[in-house]
Amino acid sequence: MAYHRIAALVIRHLYLYRRSLPRLMEIIYWPFLDLVVWGFITVYLATFQGEMPAVVTFLLGALILWDVLFRSQQGITISFLEEIWARNLMNLFASPLTPSEFLAATMVMSLFKVIAVSIVMSVCAWLFYGYNVFIIGLWLIPFIMNLVLTGWIIGVFTTSLIMRFGQEAEVLAWSMVFLFQPISCVFYPMEVLPSWLRAVAWINPAAHVFEGMRGLLATHAPPLTSLSLASGLNLVCLGAVIFWFHRTFNVCKDRGSLVRVGE
Amino acid sequence: MSSAVVEVRNLAKRFGGFTAVDGVSFDIGRGEILGLLGPNGAGKTTTFQMMLGLVTPTSGTIRMFGLDLQQHREAILQQVNFSSTYISLPYSLTVEENLSVVARLYGMSDIAGRIDDMVKKLEMGEWRHKLTRKLSSGQMTRLTLAKALLTNPKVLLLDEPTASLDPDIAHKIRAILLEERQATGLSILYTSHNMREMEEMSDRIIFLQRGKIVAEGTAKEIVARFGQADLEEVFLKLAREQ
Repeated sequence: MAYHRIAALVIRHLYLYRRSLPRLMEIIYWPFLDLVVWGFITVYLATFQGEMPAVVTFLLGALILWDVLFRSQQGITISFLEEIWARNLMNLFASPLTPSEFLAATMVMSLFKVIAVSIVMSVCAWLFYGYNVFIIGLWLIPFIMNLVLTGWIIGVFTTSLIMRFGQEAEVLAWSMVFLFQPISCVFYPMEVLPSWLRAVAWINPAAHVFEGMRGLLATHAPPLTSLSLASGLNLVCLGAVIFWFHRTFNVCKDRGSLVRVGE
Repeated sequence: MSSAVVEVRNLAKRFGGFTAVDGVSFDIGRGEILGLLGPNGAGKTTTFQMMLGLVTPTSGTIRMFGLDLQQHREAILQQVNFSSTYISLPYSLTVEENLSVVARLYGMSDIAGRIDDMVKKLEMGEWRHKLTRKLSSGQMTRLTLAKALLTNPKVLLLDEPTASLDPDIAHKIRAILLEERQATGLSILYTSHNMREMEEMSDRIIFLQRGKIVAEGTAKEIVARFGQADLEEVFLKLAREQ
């Protein structure tokens, strides 16, 4: 890995954000809008606090953590799409840049987005609803790290599909993550799923993070089992999708489709 | 040991049942300009893309600087660059930002100085801070050429580098390329549909047709071999035989 090449790609994307209002909106406006809508729903549900204990904490916490996963995935996939839209893939892959360095740069961009969105959402949740995201305590850090990894898994998987199937698969950049939402058990416990879907959800690392969060808020017991499962599954799945990305890259080079992605 | 900087041997590429490149072999010496001629679909672009590591050959080898491209991709591509009418650079970045990103990608030192040199050489001063999306097609061609020369390549692949340039700028670009070759020993693989330009620029020419080399030599040798008046006549004769 050559760090200067990763840095070059990161700088290229930061140049974009510096002067692009739509890209800044992606970081500020949309997360803020999510928070406002869900925040008011939560405030309304909080009037039934007696019947639904800790509903505010559950819902807003889950929303903020889901956005971490979503932005982490987008950071990877949109960075790849930016290169397609700019017809820049040929310039990049005809340079010494390796596919691993390319992925590393998109992961750095993903972290940048996650940090920016997390700050925006945490500050807004505190200002508008008096909600302190750090109520979860230091456990928030491994939760977020695991969700970032899950976002990378979905992002690399989606990027591979776009690279393989081209322009018609671009829509997956926005929709793929929502395929994972029902089995991530963001707003409800895994036990409400039918047994066959519960088995599918079990292999999704994000589901263990959200289970862990709910368990922590309800019982204050350290979510060690959930975090261990999430971390283990994340590492295995991330390794698998990175391998698949490299394989798809080579298949595209073999078919000559790498230079035609997006056409 | 061969003195050739580029050695292509029995290069072939098949896409399913279609053969785009069929057993092509050639060398490019240090400081040599090799013209690659052929009608559309002759296999020029696929050959370029294989030499840039963007398409995997079905068979055959590409060696540059004595190294095999499949095994030493990074080391080779560090010393190679390309320009094509058919590529662009990110539209939302300025000319200078784009050049800066390219220089960083290749790990260059004194980036600002190198960009200044390139901007001066290619007369890009008036629009160096302009967004790339606002460039005319001629300015874009100059920018992609600047990106190719910026990294001090030892081998340059140029796919119609002067297309969409006015005759004055095209003449200056050709002069710059010849100067670079003289000063640094730059080796160039060059395609153009401008036959006069091919004659002026190329030390040797290979003519591709249906993925195969059908003629090779200096422009004069090829013209004489086919008994035509000039290279354009040779081109028309071969293209119409397809």
